[in-house]
Amino acid sequence: MTTRLLGAIAALGLLAACSNTDQNAATAGAGANTIRPGSQEDLVANVGDRVFFDFDSSQVRADQRPVLQRQAEWMGRYPTVQVQVEGHADERGTREYNLALGQRRANSARDVLVASGVAGARITTISYGKDRPAALGSDESAWAQNRRAVTVVQ
Amino acid sequence: MNPVSSFAATRRQVLIGAGAGLVAPGIIATPLPAAAQAPQGAVIDITRARTDPIPVAIPDLAGAGDAARIGRDIARVIQANLRNSGLFRPVDRQAFIQTPDSAAQTPRFQDWRVIGAQALVTGRVEQRGDGLRVEFRLWDVLPETQLQGTAFNAPAANWRRIAHLISDVIYERLLGEKGYFDTRVVYVSETGPRDRRTRRLAIMDQDGENHRFLTDGRFAALTPRFHPSAERIAFMSYQDRGQPRVVLFDINSGSQQVLGNFPGMTLSPRFAPDGRSVVLSATRGGDANIFVVDLASRRERQLTSGGGLDVSPCFSPDGTQIVFNSDRGGDQQLYVMDAGGGGVRRISFGNGRYATPVWSPRGDLIAFTRFGRGSFAIGVMKPDGSGERILSEGWAMEGPTFAPNGRVLMFYRESRATNSRGAGYSSRIVSIDIAGFNERPIPTPTDASDPAWSPLLS
Repeated sequence: MTTRLLGAIAALGLLAACSNTDQNAATAGAGANTIRPGSQEDLVANVGDRVFFDFDSSQVRADQRPVLQRQAEWMGRYPTVQVQVEGHADERGTREYNLALGQRRANSARDVLVASGVAGARITTISYGKDRPAALGSDESAWAQNRRAVTVVQ
Repeated sequence: MNPVSSFAATRRQVLIGAGAGLVAPGIIATPLPAAAQAPQGAVIDITRARTDPIPVAIPDLAGAGDAARIGRDIARVIQANLRNSGLFRPVDRQAFIQTPDSAAQTPRFQDWRVIGAQALVTGRVEQRGDGLRVEFRLWDVLPETQLQGTAFNAPAANWRRIAHLISDVIYERLLGEKGYFDTRVVYVSETGPRDRRTRRLAIMDQDGENHRFLTDGRFAALTPRFHPSAERIAFMSYQDRGQPRVVLFDINSGSQQVLGNFPGMTLSPRFAPDGRSVVLSATRGGDANIFVVDLASRRERQLTSGGGLDVSPCFSPDGTQIVFNSDRGGDQQLYVMDAGGGGVRRISFGNGRYATPVWSPRGDLIAFTRFGRGSFAIGVMKPDGSGERILSEGWAMEGPTFAPNGRVLMFYRESRATNSRGAGYSSRIVSIDIAGFNERPIPTPTDASDPAWSPLLS
């Protein structure tokens, strides 16, 4: 806990030192008062915190790969940031299998981050299976949003 | 003490054996003398009972004062149990001719025959200090014989338990197979919006009574399963900031203990039939494989390997085989292997994906979830994969669990959300006869999932 807090404070100091990047300029334009660079909000607003998967697949799609590559660059900018990648599934499967599938998705996303230069020790993974949907509907558009791996700043 | 009834020598040795016996903590059962001669064994053919429930009269058990109220309550619990099984039809009380008090003395069989009762349950309740003495007799109305007579001595607080024990005796004597009423169900209670659910373990009697929560909901709990003693549970717990783990939970003390020392997530636990080990799935990287963990030594043994997701293992009741779910062939199918991990063969070949296999305590069937994107179904097949039958089908359902006699399944059913805010979604436990009839909801105070049926408690 304490080390994490110290890490967050260190990250704050760091971004004060390098606040003239394009990314942070964009952040400033979008309301810098509320978004702290290097934070989850920063990741969501300026990078994208999630990638989506096809039905029953844990392969990172070609169109999703750039999101993870941007995440890797962003993590390069904030070297004290630790993340957890959460794997999720849609509701059209059984609970136990989807827990394993979510883990496999989180792991696939993690592998891309590592291949893009992030140290493996900075990334943990967890699966919530189908039990924490992002979209609450029971249709294809909701399921597409729920088959996801979400990067969460710790 | 009491003379032994000539019908007392049945399977349920403890309950209705030669002498008085402790059948459950605080409950002593004693055979009552028979009032008439009866044939051995079941009187009703169970195959016939399917289409033609047995008409049984269950007047209130007789008693004075408070005992009368308890006698009425016991009779109502027995009546509900038998009716809910789908195999009995309690005769309408309005039709009764002989009063319960008088029937408890000596049944006038003619009075019960004319209202269509094939079996009759009589009894009386006496209060003795803080305790109860509950006498019950089961009569075969046509030949006018007593099939069963038992007296229970127990603390008054156990009256409901006695009603379940009596229900099980009636079921066994009339159908020739053990009942399942003196059992509990542990399940996952779900509250709050679906994207921020609180998931707590809860336990209740099989009829939904005596409900209580086992965990406080700070960390999500999933997929509870009973130890064969019914005193312990294995489940998957999201622990504080850590990986989800299989945890052993002691129902009486509430103590929890992480099982095994695995690097990744552990999930889908089930106890071996002898209670000495747990089979589970453990992830490493993106794979999931099946392991068995010995509970005494805590030694782990890996049973499957390779790049697939192997989950939901379940032992056969003789402990020699394990059925599990794997996507090794491309999509989710059911496989059976020897308990040591060898001899893997696929058993599911129908349309769709198959999951959550669970072996019947009788050994003759494996229940499963089968699904495509349009609908889910609960079905059963023989352990070699033949004879597949679908019992129930709908938008979403999964997670079958067998009653200890293998005759009834519980599972949970989810309804489809009707808008993007998730309106209309619900998750409820239901039960169904393995012949595919008598699907009925099990009452729970909240949304519910992942039911697990206990063994018989006595």
